[in-house]
Amino acid sequence: MSYIGNIIGGVKTLLTGMKVTGNYFFPSVFGRKYTITRQYPDEPAIVMDRFKGEVVMWHNDNNEHRCTGCQACEIACPNGSIEIIWDRVLNEETGKKVKVIDQHIYHLGMCTMCNLCIQACPTNAIMWSTNFHNSTFDRSQLTKVLNKPGSKLMAGVEE
Amino acid sequence: MILTNTTNYFAELVSYLSEQMGLGGQILAYVIVAAIYLGFFAVAGLLLVYIERRVAAFFQLRLGPNRVGPWGLLQTIADALKLLSKEIFGTNRKDKLLYNTAYYLVIIASLVALSVIPFSIGVQAYDLNIGVFFISAVSSVGVLGIIFGGWGSNNKYSLIGGMRSGLQMISYELSSGLAILTIILMAGTLQMSGIIEAQRDGFFIWRGHIPALIAFFVFVIAGTAESNRTPFDLAEGEAELGAGYHSEYSGMGFAFFFLAEFINMFIISAIAVTLFFGGWLAPFHLTDGLAYQPLWGAIWFFLKVSVMIFLLMWFRWTFPRLRIDQLLTLEWKYLLPIGLINIVLMAILVYFNLVF
Repeated sequence: MSYIGNIIGGVKTLLTGMKVTGNYFFPSVFGRKYTITRQYPDEPAIVMDRFKGEVVMWHNDNNEHRCTGCQACEIACPNGSIEIIWDRVLNEETGKKVKVIDQHIYHLGMCTMCNLCIQACPTNAIMWSTNFHNSTFDRSQLTKVLNKPGSKLMAGVEE
Repeated sequence: MILTNTTNYFAELVSYLSEQMGLGGQILAYVIVAAIYLGFFAVAGLLLVYIERRVAAFFQLRLGPNRVGPWGLLQTIADALKLLSKEIFGTNRKDKLLYNTAYYLVIIASLVALSVIPFSIGVQAYDLNIGVFFISAVSSVGVLGIIFGGWGSNNKYSLIGGMRSGLQMISYELSSGLAILTIILMAGTLQMSGIIEAQRDGFFIWRGHIPALIAFFVFVIAGTAESNRTPFDLAEGEAELGAGYHSEYSGMGFAFFFLAEFINMFIISAIAVTLFFGGWLAPFHLTDGLAYQPLWGAIWFFLKVSVMIFLLMWFRWTFPRLRIDQLLTLEWKYLLPIGLINIVLMAILVYFNLVF
C-alpha cells in the first residue's frame, strides 16, 4: 500500500507547491498585487529609515551644530575617512581656550559605512542620512565638508 | 473516419510551383516551406524565451523585461543580436567535429519534429502516416547532439551533463512512448491528422477517461524530462555543473542550444495537445460552422498549446530539481509500471468498447 500511498502523497505535495506559486502568479499578472519591484526612476524609491547612505552633521535653524571637535570620530574611523581641522579660540566669558572646529572633512569615497564614528561621537553631532544619490563624475566631489560655512557650536553641548 | 478537409497547403504549393516551373519550381517550393519553418522556429523560440522570463518574473514577484519595445517584447531580439555579435571560442583540445556538429544536431532534431505537427487544418509540412512514431524517433536524435556537445567540449562538467542528459532522455522516452501508445490504441492510427479527426466527437482526455488521464500525466512528466526542463534539468544543473553540456559554447552555439530547448518545449506541448486535447479542433464544436476554418483551427491550436506551455513553466518555477537517483526511481519504479498497467487497462477498455 505504501507504493500507492507514495504516489498519492507525491501528487498531493506537488499540487500544494503549485497552489502556493499560483497564488503568487495570478494576482501578480492581473493587478500586480504582490509585485514588489519598484521601477526606480519612474516611481519613487522606498528607502528604509535605518539605511546608511552617508554621514551628515545635524544643524539647527540658527546654523548651529553639536560638534565639539573632540576627534573621537576621527580616531574611531578605521580607514581615515574623517579629518577634522580645528583651532583653539579664547572664550571671552570664561577666559579659557576652547577647541573649535574649522572644517569637519568627510571622504565619502573611502567610507565603508561601518557606523563606528557615529557610535564614537559623545555629543551625537553626526548621524546617518538616507540619501543614496552619491555618484559623481569626479572623485574630488566625494570629499565633503560636513559643517556648514559660518556655523558654530550649539550652546550647552559641552556641559 | 471522414476527412472533411484534406487540402494540405504546403503540398498544394509544391504541386502548383512544380506544374508551373518544373523541377526548379519544386525546389523553390521546398525552399519556401523550409524558410517558413525556419522563420517560425526563430520567432517562436524568441517569443518563448520572452514569455518564460516574464512568467518567471511574475512567479518571483518581479516584473521581468519590460523596457525594450512595448512590454519588453523586443528584449529577446536584442539578446539574439548580442549573441550574434559575440566571438565564438571554445576550449583547448576540443573534439572539433563533435563540438561543432552538436548544436546543428539538436536544432535539426527539433526542426524535423516540428515538420509533422499539424498547426491547423492542412497546415502541416508533411502528413506522415506514422507521424507520432516519427516525432518520438526524431526527437531522440537531439540527445545525440547533447552528448556530442558534452563529450566534444573536453570539460568534465560538460561530459557529466551530457551523460546525465542521455541517461534521462533514454529512460523517459519509454514512458512517453507508452503514454503515446495508450492514445494510439483509441485513435487506431499513427497519423497526426488522423488522430485529430478521430477526436471530432470528443477529445481523448474525455473519451478515454481514467487511462487517458493517467497517460496525460505520465506524458507531461516524461515530456518535461525529455525537454530537459526543471525539475529534470540535471543536464544543466547550474549549481553543480556550471551550465552542463553547453557551458563551453559561446555566441550562437549557445543560442542554438537555448532555442532548441524552448522549441522542444513547444513540441512536447503540441504533441500533448494533439493527442489529448484534439489539436486544432474547437472544443464543443464552438467555431465549426464559421468561415476561415484554418484560421480558427490555428487559433484553437495555439491557445491550447500556450496553456500547456504555461503548465510546463508553472512546473519549472515551482518544483525543485531532482537528484539523479530520485530521477531514476521516478522513471523505473513509478512511471514505467504505471504506463504498462495503463496500456493494458486501455486495451481492455477499447476491446470491450467501454470508452465513450
